[in-house]
Amino acid sequence: MAWVNAIIQGVLVGGLYALFACGLSLMFGVMKVVNLAHGDLAVVAGYIAIGVIAVTHIPVLWSIVIVVPLMAVLGYVLQRTLLQGALDRSILTTLLVTFGLSVVIENGLLQFFTANSRGIGAGLALESDSFSLGSQIQIGYLPLLIFVVAVVVLLGLQYFLSRSRYGRLIRAVADDKEAAQLAGADYRHVFGVAAAIAFATVALGGIAYGMTSQLDPTAGTDTILLFAFAAVVIGGLGSLWGTLLGGVILGVAQQIGAQINISDELLAGFLVFLVVLAVRPQGLISRGAPS
Amino acid sequence: MSTRAANRDGEAGGDRPGSGTPLLEVRDLVVYHGQLRALDGISLQVFPGEVYAIIGANGAGKSTLLRTIAGLHHPTTGSVAFDGQDVTRLRPERRATQGIVMVPEGRRLFGSLSVEENLKVGAAYARPGPWTIEQVYEMFGWMRERRGQPTAQLSGGEQQAVAIGRALVANPRMLLLDELSLGLAPVVVQRIYGMLPQILATGLTVLLVEQDVSQALRVASHIQCLLEGRTTLEGRPADVTVDQVEAAYFGLADAVSASPPGEGSEP
Repeated sequence: MAWVNAIIQGVLVGGLYALFACGLSLMFGVMKVVNLAHGDLAVVAGYIAIGVIAVTHIPVLWSIVIVVPLMAVLGYVLQRTLLQGALDRSILTTLLVTFGLSVVIENGLLQFFTANSRGIGAGLALESDSFSLGSQIQIGYLPLLIFVVAVVVLLGLQYFLSRSRYGRLIRAVADDKEAAQLAGADYRHVFGVAAAIAFATVALGGIAYGMTSQLDPTAGTDTILLFAFAAVVIGGLGSLWGTLLGGVILGVAQQIGAQINISDELLAGFLVFLVVLAVRPQGLISRGAPS
Repeated sequence: MSTRAANRDGEAGGDRPGSGTPLLEVRDLVVYHGQLRALDGISLQVFPGEVYAIIGANGAGKSTLLRTIAGLHHPTTGSVAFDGQDVTRLRPERRATQGIVMVPEGRRLFGSLSVEENLKVGAAYARPGPWTIEQVYEMFGWMRERRGQPTAQLSGGEQQAVAIGRALVANPRMLLLDELSLGLAPVVVQRIYGMLPQILATGLTVLLVEQDVSQALRVASHIQCLLEGRTTLEGRPADVTVDQVEAAYFGLADAVSASPPGEGSEP
Protein backbone atom coordinates (compact mmCIF):
# COMPACT_ATOMS: atom_id res chain seq x y z
CA MET A 1 0.00 0.00 0.00
CA ALA A 2 2.88 2.31 0.75
CA TRP A 3 4.07 1.79 -2.81
CA VAL A 4 0.68 2.66 -4.25
CA ASN A 5 0.73 5.77 -2.14
CA ALA A 6 4.19 6.67 -3.45
CA ILE A 7 2.99 6.29 -7.02
CA ILE A 8 -0.12 8.41 -6.43
CA GLN A 9 1.86 11.15 -4.73
CA GLY A 10 4.40 10.94 -7.55
CA VAL A 11 1.73 11.38 -10.19
CA LEU A 12 0.32 14.40 -8.40
CA VAL A 13 3.66 16.14 -8.00
CA GLY A 14 4.43 15.20 -11.60
CA GLY A 15 1.69 17.59 -12.67
CA LEU A 16 3.64 20.44 -11.10
CA TYR A 17 6.80 19.34 -12.90
CA ALA A 18 4.91 19.27 -16.18
CA LEU A 19 3.73 22.81 -15.46
CA PHE A 20 7.38 23.83 -14.98
CA ALA A 21 8.36 22.05 -18.14
CA CYS A 22 5.74 23.17 -20.66
CA GLY A 23 6.94 26.79 -20.80
CA LEU A 24 10.53 25.67 -21.29
CA SER A 25 9.41 23.27 -24.00
CA LEU A 26 7.30 25.90 -25.75
CA MET A 27 10.09 28.47 -25.85
CA PHE A 28 12.53 25.94 -27.19
CA GLY A 29 10.03 24.53 -29.67
CA VAL A 30 9.05 27.90 -31.14
CA MET A 31 12.10 30.15 -30.95
CA LYS A 32 14.86 27.61 -30.16
CA VAL A 33 15.63 29.52 -26.98
CA VAL A 34 16.83 27.42 -24.06
CA ASN A 35 15.72 29.72 -21.29
CA LEU A 36 18.15 29.16 -18.45
CA ALA A 37 16.33 31.80 -16.41
CA HIS A 38 13.11 29.77 -16.62
CA GLY A 39 13.20 28.61 -13.00
CA ASP A 40 14.25 31.99 -11.66
CA LEU A 41 11.34 33.61 -13.44
CA ALA A 42 9.01 31.14 -11.74
CA VAL A 43 10.50 32.18 -8.40
CA VAL A 44 10.05 35.84 -9.34
CA ALA A 45 6.37 35.12 -10.04
CA GLY A 46 6.11 33.49 -6.62
CA TYR A 47 7.65 36.51 -4.89
CA ILE A 48 5.38 38.86 -6.80
CA ALA A 49 2.42 36.80 -5.57
CA ILE A 50 3.70 37.11 -1.98
CA GLY A 51 4.01 40.86 -2.46
CA VAL A 52 0.58 41.23 -4.06
CA ILE A 53 -1.05 39.23 -1.28
CA ALA A 54 0.76 41.22 1.41
CA VAL A 55 -0.24 44.56 -0.09
CA THR A 56 -3.79 43.93 -1.25
CA HIS A 57 -4.84 41.23 1.24
CA ILE A 58 -6.67 39.39 -1.52
CA PRO A 59 -7.20 35.64 -1.13
CA VAL A 60 -4.15 33.62 -2.12
CA LEU A 61 -5.59 32.06 -5.25
CA TRP A 62 -6.81 35.44 -6.53
CA SER A 63 -3.19 36.55 -6.81
CA ILE A 64 -3.07 34.34 -9.91
CA VAL A 65 -5.37 36.78 -11.69
CA ILE A 66 -2.79 39.52 -11.21
CA VAL A 67 0.50 37.64 -11.43
CA VAL A 68 -0.21 35.54 -14.51
CA PRO A 69 -1.08 38.47 -16.83
CA LEU A 70 1.81 40.45 -15.37
CA MET A 71 4.28 37.67 -16.17
CA ALA A 72 2.76 37.26 -19.64
CA VAL A 73 3.41 40.93 -20.37
CA LEU A 74 6.93 40.57 -18.98
CA GLY A 75 7.42 37.57 -21.26
CA TYR A 76 6.34 39.51 -24.33
CA VAL A 77 8.53 42.48 -23.50
CA LEU A 78 11.56 40.36 -22.63
CA GLN A 79 11.19 38.40 -25.87
CA ARG A 80 10.84 41.49 -28.04
CA THR A 81 13.85 43.18 -26.47
CA LEU A 82 16.53 41.11 -24.77
CA LEU A 83 15.82 37.67 -26.23
CA GLN A 84 15.13 38.86 -29.79
CA GLY A 85 18.33 40.87 -29.65
CA ALA A 86 20.20 37.74 -28.65
CA LEU A 87 18.45 35.64 -31.29
CA ASP A 88 19.44 38.13 -33.99
CA ARG A 89 23.05 37.39 -33.15
CA SER A 90 22.99 33.63 -32.68
CA ILE A 91 21.26 30.80 -30.84
CA LEU A 92 24.33 30.48 -28.62
CA THR A 93 23.96 34.10 -27.53
CA THR A 94 20.50 33.33 -26.14
CA LEU A 95 22.11 30.75 -23.87
CA LEU A 96 24.55 33.33 -22.53
CA VAL A 97 21.89 36.01 -22.18
CA THR A 98 19.42 33.80 -20.31
CA PHE A 99 22.24 32.52 -18.11
CA GLY A 100 23.12 36.11 -17.32
CA LEU A 101 19.48 36.89 -16.66
CA SER A 102 19.34 33.95 -14.28
CA VAL A 103 22.34 35.21 -12.31
CA VAL A 104 20.97 38.74 -12.17
CA ILE A 105 17.54 37.59 -10.99
CA GLU A 106 18.96 35.28 -8.35
CA ASN A 107 21.22 37.93 -6.87
CA GLY A 108 18.52 40.56 -7.13
CA LEU A 109 16.18 38.33 -5.14
CA LEU A 110 18.89 37.67 -2.55
CA GLN A 111 19.41 41.39 -2.21
CA PHE A 112 15.76 42.28 -1.77
CA PHE A 113 14.28 39.25 -0.06
CA THR A 114 17.35 37.76 1.70
CA ALA A 115 18.12 34.06 1.60
CA ASN A 116 15.26 33.25 3.96
CA SER A 117 12.69 30.98 2.43
CA ARG A 118 9.01 31.76 2.48
CA GLY A 119 5.82 30.14 1.38
CA ILE A 120 2.77 31.53 -0.31
CA GLY A 121 -0.38 31.56 1.82
CA ALA A 122 1.14 29.64 4.71
CA GLY A 123 -1.48 28.53 7.19
CA LEU A 124 -4.16 28.24 4.55
CA ALA A 125 -6.51 25.32 5.13
CA LEU A 126 -6.11 24.23 1.51
CA GLU A 127 -2.45 23.63 2.14
CA SER A 128 -2.79 20.93 4.73
CA ASP A 129 -6.27 19.51 4.13
CA SER A 130 -6.54 16.10 2.59
CA PHE A 131 -8.94 13.24 2.14
CA SER A 132 -8.30 9.55 2.69
CA LEU A 133 -8.41 6.80 0.13
CA GLY A 134 -8.41 3.56 2.08
CA SER A 135 -6.46 3.44 5.29
CA GLN A 136 -2.98 4.45 4.16
CA ILE A 137 -3.44 6.85 1.27
CA GLN A 138 -3.89 10.50 1.99
CA ILE A 139 -4.49 12.82 -0.93
CA GLY A 140 -3.94 16.49 -0.29
CA TYR A 141 -6.38 18.92 -1.84
CA LEU A 142 -3.58 21.26 -2.89
CA PRO A 143 -1.48 18.69 -4.81
CA LEU A 144 -4.68 17.45 -6.42
CA LEU A 145 -5.70 20.97 -7.38
CA ILE A 146 -2.27 21.67 -8.84
CA PHE A 147 -2.35 18.43 -10.80
CA VAL A 148 -5.76 19.29 -12.23
CA VAL A 149 -4.60 22.81 -13.12
CA ALA A 150 -1.52 21.38 -14.82
CA VAL A 151 -3.56 18.94 -16.90
CA VAL A 152 -6.03 21.67 -17.85
CA VAL A 153 -3.19 24.02 -18.84
CA LEU A 154 -1.48 21.35 -20.94
CA LEU A 155 -4.75 20.30 -22.57
CA GLY A 156 -5.64 23.91 -23.24
CA LEU A 157 -2.24 24.63 -24.71
CA GLN A 158 -2.39 21.54 -26.88
CA TYR A 159 -5.83 22.52 -28.14
CA PHE A 160 -4.76 26.12 -28.73
CA LEU A 161 -1.69 25.09 -30.72
CA SER A 162 -3.36 22.43 -32.81
CA ARG A 163 -6.75 24.00 -33.45
CA SER A 164 -6.73 27.77 -33.22
CA ARG A 165 -5.70 30.20 -35.94
CA TYR A 166 -2.98 31.71 -33.84
CA GLY A 167 -1.74 28.32 -32.68
CA ARG A 168 -1.36 27.33 -36.32
CA LEU A 169 0.63 30.48 -36.96
CA ILE A 170 2.89 29.73 -34.01
CA ARG A 171 3.56 26.24 -35.39
CA ALA A 172 4.23 27.67 -38.84
CA VAL A 173 6.71 30.19 -37.45
CA ALA A 174 8.36 27.40 -35.43
CA ASP A 175 8.75 25.36 -38.63
CA ASP A 176 10.13 28.11 -40.85
CA LYS A 177 10.04 31.73 -39.78
CA GLU A 178 11.24 33.04 -43.12
CA ALA A 179 8.47 31.25 -45.01
CA ALA A 180 6.01 32.61 -42.44
CA GLN A 181 7.29 36.13 -43.13
CA LEU A 182 6.66 35.58 -46.82
CA ALA A 183 3.07 34.76 -45.90
CA GLY A 184 2.80 38.12 -44.12
CA ALA A 185 3.43 37.02 -40.54
CA ASP A 186 5.57 39.19 -38.26
CA TYR A 187 7.50 36.37 -36.61
CA ARG A 188 8.90 38.65 -33.90
CA HIS A 189 5.39 39.36 -32.69
CA VAL A 190 4.51 35.66 -32.86
CA PHE A 191 7.63 34.92 -30.80
CA GLY A 192 6.49 37.51 -28.28
CA VAL A 193 3.07 35.90 -27.97
CA ALA A 194 4.63 32.45 -27.53
CA ALA A 195 6.89 33.87 -24.81
CA ALA A 196 3.88 35.48 -23.12
CA ILE A 197 2.12 32.12 -23.02
CA ALA A 198 5.25 30.41 -21.71
CA PHE A 199 5.65 33.04 -18.99
CA ALA A 200 2.01 32.67 -17.97
CA THR A 201 2.63 28.95 -17.34
CA VAL A 202 5.84 29.87 -15.53
CA ALA A 203 3.83 32.14 -13.24
CA LEU A 204 1.37 29.35 -12.44
CA GLY A 205 4.27 26.98 -11.77
CA GLY A 206 5.99 29.47 -9.47
CA ILE A 207 2.87 30.15 -7.44
CA ALA A 208 2.08 26.44 -7.19
CA TYR A 209 5.63 25.76 -6.07
CA GLY A 210 5.43 28.52 -3.46
CA MET A 211 2.26 26.99 -2.10
CA THR A 212 3.50 23.39 -1.88
CA SER A 213 6.97 24.17 -0.59
CA GLN A 214 9.16 27.11 0.27
CA LEU A 215 10.43 29.74 -2.14
CA ASP A 216 13.96 30.97 -1.84
CA PRO A 217 16.13 32.88 -4.32
CA THR A 218 18.08 29.80 -5.42
CA ALA A 219 15.09 27.48 -5.88
CA GLY A 220 14.80 28.58 -9.49
CA THR A 221 17.97 26.97 -10.75
CA ASP A 222 18.44 24.37 -8.01
CA THR A 223 15.02 22.83 -8.34
CA ILE A 224 12.57 24.23 -10.87
CA LEU A 225 14.87 24.51 -13.88
CA LEU A 226 16.41 21.08 -13.26
CA PHE A 227 13.05 19.36 -12.86
CA ALA A 228 11.71 21.16 -15.92
CA PHE A 229 14.68 19.99 -17.98
CA ALA A 230 14.32 16.44 -16.72
CA ALA A 231 10.60 16.35 -17.48
CA VAL A 232 11.14 17.74 -20.98
CA VAL A 233 13.94 15.29 -21.77
CA ILE A 234 12.07 12.27 -20.42
CA GLY A 235 8.86 13.15 -22.21
CA GLY A 236 10.32 14.35 -25.46
CA LEU A 237 10.44 17.83 -26.94
CA GLY A 238 7.58 19.18 -28.96
CA SER A 239 4.85 17.07 -27.44
CA LEU A 240 2.81 18.44 -24.54
CA TRP A 241 1.55 14.96 -23.75
CA GLY A 242 5.16 13.90 -23.55
CA THR A 243 5.80 16.78 -21.16
CA LEU A 244 2.99 15.62 -18.88
CA LEU A 245 4.24 12.05 -19.07
CA GLY A 246 7.80 13.20 -18.38
CA GLY A 247 6.69 15.18 -15.35
CA VAL A 248 4.70 12.25 -13.99
CA ILE A 249 7.52 9.75 -14.54
CA LEU A 250 9.96 12.08 -12.80
CA GLY A 251 7.55 12.56 -9.90
CA VAL A 252 6.84 8.85 -9.54
CA ALA A 253 10.56 7.97 -9.72
CA GLN A 254 11.29 10.49 -6.97
CA GLN A 255 8.55 9.19 -4.71
CA ILE A 256 9.55 5.56 -5.23
CA GLY A 257 13.16 6.53 -4.52
CA ALA A 258 12.05 8.25 -1.35
CA GLN A 259 10.10 5.13 -0.40
CA ILE A 260 13.26 3.04 -0.66
CA ASN A 261 15.35 5.56 1.21
CA ILE A 262 14.31 9.10 1.98
CA SER A 263 17.66 10.47 0.80
CA ASP A 264 17.30 8.76 -2.59
CA GLU A 265 14.41 10.93 -3.73
CA LEU A 266 16.32 13.24 -6.07
CA LEU A 267 18.80 10.57 -7.09
CA ALA A 268 16.06 8.24 -8.33
CA GLY A 269 14.51 10.99 -10.43
CA PHE A 270 17.77 11.92 -12.09
CA LEU A 271 18.69 8.27 -12.66
CA VAL A 272 15.54 7.86 -14.75
CA PHE A 273 16.44 11.11 -16.53
CA LEU A 274 19.91 9.73 -17.27
CA VAL A 275 18.60 6.38 -18.49
CA VAL A 276 16.14 8.04 -20.88
CA LEU A 277 18.85 10.37 -22.12
CA ALA A 278 21.12 7.39 -22.82
CA VAL A 279 18.58 4.96 -24.25
CA ARG A 280 16.07 7.24 -25.93
CA PRO A 281 17.51 10.74 -26.29
CA GLN A 282 14.54 11.95 -28.32
CA GLY A 283 12.29 11.30 -25.32
CA LEU A 284 9.51 8.81 -24.78
CA ILE A 285 7.03 10.64 -26.99
CA SER A 286 8.60 12.56 -29.81
CA ARG A 287 7.09 14.32 -32.73
CA GLY A 288 7.85 12.59 -36.00
CA ALA A 289 9.53 15.52 -37.69
CA PRO A 290 12.74 16.75 -36.11
CA SER A 291 12.49 20.40 -35.21
CA MET B 1 27.82 47.76 -69.76
CA SER B 2 24.35 46.44 -69.96
CA THR B 3 21.38 48.45 -70.99
CA ARG B 4 19.68 50.44 -68.31
CA ALA B 5 16.01 50.01 -67.70
CA ALA B 6 15.31 53.71 -68.24
CA ASN B 7 17.11 53.55 -71.53
CA ARG B 8 15.01 50.67 -72.72
CA ASP B 9 11.79 52.09 -71.45
CA GLY B 10 11.62 54.85 -74.04
CA GLU B 11 12.02 52.62 -77.07
CA ALA B 12 10.62 49.26 -76.13
CA GLY B 13 8.06 50.29 -73.53
CA GLY B 14 5.28 50.45 -76.07
CA ASP B 15 5.69 46.79 -76.90
CA ARG B 16 5.20 45.62 -73.36
CA PRO B 17 1.83 44.72 -71.91
CA GLY B 18 0.20 47.21 -69.66
CA SER B 19 2.97 49.68 -70.27
CA GLY B 20 2.88 52.97 -68.50
CA THR B 21 3.98 52.84 -64.92
CA PRO B 22 5.89 49.74 -63.89
CA LEU B 23 4.44 47.68 -61.03
CA LEU B 24 7.92 46.88 -59.80
CA GLU B 25 10.96 49.01 -60.32
CA VAL B 26 14.38 47.97 -59.13
CA ARG B 27 17.20 50.49 -59.39
CA ASP B 28 20.94 49.85 -59.21
CA LEU B 29 20.68 47.15 -56.60
CA VAL B 30 23.94 46.18 -54.90
CA VAL B 31 23.79 43.29 -52.44
CA TYR B 32 26.67 41.72 -50.58
CA HIS B 33 26.90 38.25 -49.09
CA GLY B 34 29.74 38.92 -46.70
CA GLN B 35 32.66 39.89 -48.95
CA LEU B 36 30.98 38.68 -52.11
CA ARG B 37 29.22 41.21 -54.28
CA ALA B 38 26.23 39.06 -55.20
CA LEU B 39 24.37 41.79 -57.09
CA ASP B 40 26.30 44.52 -58.78
CA GLY B 41 23.96 47.28 -59.89
CA ILE B 42 20.90 45.42 -61.13
CA SER B 43 17.97 47.39 -62.48
CA LEU B 44 14.70 46.16 -63.88
CA GLN B 45 11.14 47.23 -64.50
CA VAL B 46 8.23 44.84 -64.46
CA PHE B 47 4.95 46.04 -65.93
CA PRO B 48 1.51 44.82 -64.89
CA GLY B 49 0.50 41.53 -66.49
CA GLU B 50 4.00 40.56 -67.53
CA VAL B 51 5.80 37.29 -67.01
CA TYR B 52 9.30 38.53 -66.37
CA ALA B 53 11.96 35.85 -66.25
CA ILE B 54 15.42 36.19 -64.74
CA ILE B 55 17.77 33.61 -66.18
CA GLY B 56 21.38 32.83 -65.52
CA ALA B 57 23.78 30.17 -64.37
CA ASN B 58 24.27 28.99 -60.82
CA GLY B 59 25.57 31.77 -58.62
CA ALA B 60 24.62 34.52 -61.07
CA GLY B 61 22.62 36.26 -58.36
CA LYS B 62 19.12 35.37 -59.54
CA SER B 63 17.81 34.08 -56.22
CA THR B 64 19.53 36.90 -54.35
CA LEU B 65 17.73 39.38 -56.57
CA LEU B 66 14.35 37.76 -55.95
CA ARG B 67 14.97 37.49 -52.21
CA THR B 68 16.00 41.13 -52.07
CA ILE B 69 12.78 42.12 -53.82
CA ALA B 70 10.86 40.02 -51.28
CA GLY B 71 12.75 41.76 -48.48
CA LEU B 72 14.83 38.86 -47.22
CA HIS B 73 18.15 40.50 -48.15
CA HIS B 74 19.06 44.09 -47.58
CA PRO B 75 20.77 45.99 -50.38
CA THR B 76 23.86 48.09 -49.70
CA THR B 77 22.69 50.61 -52.26
CA GLY B 78 19.85 50.81 -54.72
CA SER B 79 16.11 50.79 -54.31
CA VAL B 80 13.04 48.66 -54.81
CA ALA B 81 9.77 50.40 -55.61
CA PHE B 82 6.43 48.67 -55.78
CA ASP B 83 3.45 50.37 -57.37
CA GLY B 84 5.26 53.70 -57.16
CA GLN B 85 6.12 53.35 -53.47
CA ASP B 86 9.62 52.81 -52.17
CA VAL B 87 9.67 49.53 -50.26
CA THR B 88 13.45 49.17 -49.88
CA ARG B 89 13.28 49.48 -46.10
CA LEU B 90 10.10 47.45 -45.65
CA ARG B 91 10.17 44.10 -43.86
CA PRO B 92 9.24 40.99 -45.87
CA GLU B 93 5.93 40.54 -44.05
CA ARG B 94 4.89 44.13 -44.87
CA ARG B 95 5.79 43.61 -48.52
CA ALA B 96 3.70 40.44 -48.54
CA THR B 97 0.65 42.26 -47.24
CA GLN B 98 1.22 44.96 -49.86
CA GLY B 99 1.14 42.33 -52.58
CA ILE B 100 4.66 41.02 -53.20
CA VAL B 101 4.51 37.32 -52.39
CA MET B 102 7.28 34.83 -53.08
CA VAL B 103 7.29 31.09 -53.61
CA PRO B 104 10.72 30.39 -52.14
CA GLU B 105 13.33 28.10 -53.60
CA GLY B 106 12.98 24.57 -52.25
CA ARG B 107 9.26 25.12 -51.49
CA ARG B 108 9.78 25.70 -47.78
CA LEU B 109 6.43 24.29 -46.69
CA PHE B 110 5.59 24.17 -43.00
CA GLY B 111 6.60 20.60 -42.25
CA SER B 112 4.47 19.96 -39.20
CA LEU B 113 1.35 21.41 -40.80
CA SER B 114 -1.07 19.66 -43.11
CA VAL B 115 -1.69 20.74 -46.70
CA GLU B 116 -4.76 22.74 -45.73
CA GLU B 117 -3.04 24.30 -42.72
CA ASN B 118 -0.25 25.46 -45.01
CA LEU B 119 -2.83 27.14 -47.22
CA LYS B 120 -4.56 28.67 -44.21
CA VAL B 121 -1.31 30.23 -43.02
CA GLY B 122 -0.86 31.60 -46.54
CA ALA B 123 -4.32 33.13 -46.31
CA ALA B 124 -3.89 34.47 -42.76
CA TYR B 125 -2.83 37.94 -43.87
CA ALA B 126 -4.37 37.82 -47.34
CA ARG B 127 -5.32 40.89 -49.29
CA PRO B 128 -8.83 40.86 -50.70
CA GLY B 129 -8.89 39.20 -54.09
CA PRO B 130 -10.03 36.33 -56.26
CA TRP B 131 -7.92 33.56 -54.71
CA THR B 132 -9.32 31.40 -51.97
CA ILE B 133 -8.35 27.97 -50.67
CA GLU B 134 -11.38 26.69 -52.57
CA GLN B 135 -9.99 28.23 -55.79
CA VAL B 136 -6.68 26.46 -55.22
CA TYR B 137 -8.48 23.14 -54.76
CA GLU B 138 -10.29 23.82 -58.02
CA MET B 139 -7.01 24.33 -59.83
CA PHE B 140 -5.21 21.35 -58.30
CA GLY B 141 -7.92 18.72 -58.17
CA TRP B 142 -5.97 16.16 -56.13
CA MET B 143 -5.33 18.59 -53.30
CA ARG B 144 -8.81 18.62 -51.78
CA GLU B 145 -8.89 14.97 -50.81
CA ARG B 146 -5.35 15.08 -49.50
CA ARG B 147 -5.77 18.33 -47.58
CA GLY B 148 -5.39 16.63 -44.19
CA GLN B 149 -2.05 15.01 -45.03
CA PRO B 150 1.28 16.29 -43.76
CA THR B 151 3.18 17.87 -46.63
CA ALA B 152 6.10 15.49 -46.12
CA GLN B 153 3.94 12.74 -47.65
CA LEU B 154 3.60 14.62 -50.93
CA SER B 155 5.82 14.26 -53.99
CA GLY B 156 8.10 17.13 -54.95
CA GLY B 157 5.72 18.35 -57.63
CA GLU B 158 2.76 18.20 -55.27
CA GLN B 159 4.71 20.13 -52.66
CA GLN B 160 5.51 22.76 -55.27
CA ALA B 161 1.81 23.02 -56.06
CA VAL B 162 1.01 23.55 -52.37
CA ALA B 163 3.75 26.20 -52.17
CA ILE B 164 2.22 28.01 -55.16
CA GLY B 165 -1.24 27.66 -53.64
CA ARG B 166 0.01 29.05 -50.34
CA ALA B 167 1.31 32.12 -52.18
CA LEU B 168 -1.81 32.55 -54.32
CA VAL B 169 -4.28 32.59 -51.41
CA ALA B 170 -2.48 35.71 -50.13
CA ASN B 171 -3.82 37.36 -53.31
CA PRO B 172 -0.54 38.88 -54.43
CA ARG B 173 -0.35 41.52 -57.11
CA MET B 174 3.12 40.32 -57.92
CA LEU B 175 4.08 36.69 -57.61
CA LEU B 176 7.78 35.87 -57.28
CA LEU B 177 8.66 32.31 -58.29
CA ASP B 178 12.11 31.11 -57.30
CA GLU B 179 13.38 28.10 -59.29
CA LEU B 180 10.12 26.21 -59.61
CA SER B 181 11.80 23.47 -61.62
CA LEU B 182 14.47 22.67 -59.05
CA GLY B 183 14.55 18.96 -58.28
CA LEU B 184 11.45 18.15 -60.30
CA ALA B 185 11.00 15.84 -63.29
CA PRO B 186 10.64 17.70 -66.60
CA VAL B 187 7.08 16.47 -67.10
CA VAL B 188 6.11 17.83 -63.68
CA VAL B 189 7.78 21.14 -64.46
CA GLN B 190 5.77 21.31 -67.70
CA ARG B 191 2.56 20.72 -65.79
CA ILE B 192 3.30 23.40 -63.22
CA TYR B 193 4.26 25.99 -65.82
CA GLY B 194 1.11 24.95 -67.67
CA MET B 195 -0.85 26.49 -64.80
CA LEU B 196 0.71 29.90 -65.43
CA PRO B 197 -1.91 31.20 -67.91
CA GLN B 198 -4.66 30.34 -65.43
CA ILE B 199 -2.82 32.26 -62.71
CA LEU B 200 -2.14 35.23 -64.98
CA ALA B 201 -5.79 35.37 -65.97
CA THR B 202 -6.63 36.57 -62.47
CA GLY B 203 -4.60 39.71 -63.05
CA LEU B 204 -1.29 38.81 -61.44
CA THR B 205 2.13 39.85 -62.56
CA VAL B 206 4.85 37.23 -62.37
CA LEU B 207 8.57 37.63 -61.82
CA LEU B 208 10.37 34.33 -61.96
CA VAL B 209 13.84 32.97 -61.67
CA GLU B 210 14.67 29.95 -63.76
CA GLN B 211 17.82 28.03 -64.45
CA ASP B 212 16.13 26.14 -67.28
CA VAL B 213 16.53 28.69 -70.07
CA SER B 214 14.29 27.02 -72.63
CA GLN B 215 11.49 26.84 -70.06
CA ALA B 216 11.92 30.53 -69.26
CA LEU B 217 11.95 31.53 -72.93
CA ARG B 218 8.74 29.55 -73.47
CA VAL B 219 6.70 31.24 -70.74
CA ALA B 220 8.20 34.70 -70.39
CA SER B 221 7.11 37.91 -72.02
CA HIS B 222 10.40 39.50 -71.05
CA ILE B 223 13.72 38.01 -70.03
CA GLN B 224 16.80 39.32 -68.28
CA CYS B 225 20.01 37.34 -68.04
CA LEU B 226 22.36 37.73 -65.10
CA LEU B 227 26.00 36.81 -64.87
CA GLU B 228 28.03 37.33 -61.73
CA GLY B 229 25.60 39.88 -60.39
CA ARG B 230 25.36 41.93 -63.59
CA THR B 231 22.82 42.10 -66.37
CA THR B 232 24.21 40.70 -69.59
CA LEU B 233 21.11 40.59 -71.73
CA GLU B 234 17.52 41.60 -71.67
CA GLY B 235 14.60 41.76 -74.02
CA ARG B 236 11.59 39.93 -75.31
CA PRO B 237 12.15 36.25 -76.05
CA ALA B 238 11.16 36.84 -79.68
CA ASP B 239 13.83 39.49 -80.07
CA VAL B 240 16.80 37.51 -78.77
CA THR B 241 18.66 34.82 -80.61
CA VAL B 242 19.87 31.56 -79.14
CA ASP B 243 23.44 32.73 -79.66
CA GLN B 244 22.81 35.91 -77.73
CA VAL B 245 21.29 34.01 -74.83
CA GLU B 246 24.12 31.52 -74.81
CA ALA B 247 26.71 34.28 -74.84
CA ALA B 248 24.96 36.19 -72.06
CA TYR B 249 24.46 33.05 -69.99
CA PHE B 250 28.07 31.93 -70.16
CA GLY B 251 29.62 35.39 -70.32
CA LEU B 252 31.12 35.26 -73.78
CA ALA B 253 32.59 38.53 -74.97
CA ASP B 254 30.15 39.23 -77.79
CA ALA B 255 27.03 39.19 -75.63
CA VAL B 256 24.78 42.04 -76.65
CA SER B 257 21.61 43.49 -75.32
CA ALA B 258 18.60 42.68 -77.41
CA SER B 259 16.71 45.87 -76.90
CA PRO B 260 17.44 48.33 -78.11
CA PRO B 261 19.34 46.33 -80.71
CA GLY B 262 22.95 47.07 -81.32
CA GLU B 263 23.49 48.84 -78.05
CA GLY B 264 25.07 47.90 -74.79
CA SER B 265 27.64 45.34 -75.85
CA GLU B 266 29.72 43.82 -73.11
CA PRO B 267 33.12 45.31 -72.37
